[in-house]
Amino acid sequence: MPLSTKEIAQRIAMDLPEGCCVNLGVGIPTLVAGYLPKDKEVILQSENGILGMGPPPDEGKEDPDLIDAGKQPTTLVKGAAVFDTLDSFSMLRGGHVDVAIMGAYQVSETGDLSNWKLPEASLAGIGGAADIAVGARRLCVAMRHTTKDGQPKVVKECSYPLTARQVVSRIYTDLAIMEITPEGLCLMEIAPGVEVAEVQEKTGASLQVSSDLSSIQVASQQQIT
Amino acid sequence: MLDKVVRDADEAVAEIEDGASLMVGGFGLSGHPIQLLAAVLRKGVKNLTVISNNAGVEDVGLGALIHNSRVSRLICSFPTGKGMWAIKEQVKAGQVKVEVVPQGTLIERIRAGGAGLGGILTPTGLDTELTENKPVMEVDNCRYVLESALKADFGLVKADMGDRWGNLFYRLAARNFNPSVAMAGRTTLAEVNTLVELGTIDPNYVHTPGAFVQKVTPINN
Repeated sequence: MPLSTKEIAQRIAMDLPEGCCVNLGVGIPTLVAGYLPKDKEVILQSENGILGMGPPPDEGKEDPDLIDAGKQPTTLVKGAAVFDTLDSFSMLRGGHVDVAIMGAYQVSETGDLSNWKLPEASLAGIGGAADIAVGARRLCVAMRHTTKDGQPKVVKECSYPLTARQVVSRIYTDLAIMEITPEGLCLMEIAPGVEVAEVQEKTGASLQVSSDLSSIQVASQQQIT
Repeated sequence: MLDKVVRDADEAVAEIEDGASLMVGGFGLSGHPIQLLAAVLRKGVKNLTVISNNAGVEDVGLGALIHNSRVSRLICSFPTGKGMWAIKEQVKAGQVKVEVVPQGTLIERIRAGGAGLGGILTPTGLDTELTENKPVMEVDNCRYVLESALKADFGLVKADMGDRWGNLFYRLAARNFNPSVAMAGRTTLAEVNTLVELGTIDPNYVHTPGAFVQKVTPINN
């Protein structure tokens, strides 16, 4: 059965190393913040100038001077730092953030990323995505495996406007976890009950299968927020 | 006696004329100089070039200027999103030209403009339509896009505290673009939550030293 967006987020959180600095993009990645393991310290970076972002505030406790990259109220954890956009993007572009998780429209078999503009859009924003994409030490994408009309989102070459080239390391979808390697796209884990053939059919590029292929296991954790 | 304090936002924006270029601080409404922008709206000036991260939210601040057709050119990183309907209308009506620049590039170009530098080299957007028509240079076997510095006639910032020498302190994540905008505006106007006496802001915690700022006005609540 395909994973829900919450399960994709939960699975991603399991892979975050202890003590890592993470930037979470809008969409499915934002949900990852709600599943951070209690036994690991993970430091959340927000592009508007926060290192050590906490969970959303209780209702009535919102501070207009404390918002996240999605412009929603947030909080700080003990040990947090605030700084300006210049320092934030030095962190992001300069390779000081360990992991970035982003959504995408398309990812190519060589790790090209399209996630800022649909082809028919007359107006679209890039925000921090292009900087984060080139600067993250490890960039992972969280997205559905196909579009609503069943078109593959993992493709040979992106047809949508590019955010950056050859930047994506790992793709988490509702059907699979794939790694982009020098030898090509490799299927590492598959959603329970889903067949390899189905994943290959729904992937628009050739997909090798890892000899260690396993079933995606989502740790049963309560959502923190 | 050096006194950069002006009575109100209307006095602060007095020199802004039609066709002026404005750099505006803020990330969404956080750290956005709403009162200065309201004064610009009241002044009636139009054909403005605006450099800012977003395109205003609703019809507040920059959103109000855009909605009232005062802006003819916008350089920003993210003009879409919740509440940014004014810019959509204006683009559809052919009233405004929008240039989208990656946020990290935008902030460095602004900083370069304030710092007396001609431009920057960045890998962001390389080989994508984000940087088409921009020169590409190779340094130490790495390719970079050459992006020019950005300057403006006026920089509009919002700070938490300011004094008569123009020293500014920003609060939490409302800092964002403001320190860089304060540098790059030829004339920097700052609206502050609280006007303080000299020495109230500890020298260790002055975020924008007064040399960058020309006018300081208290926010009226």
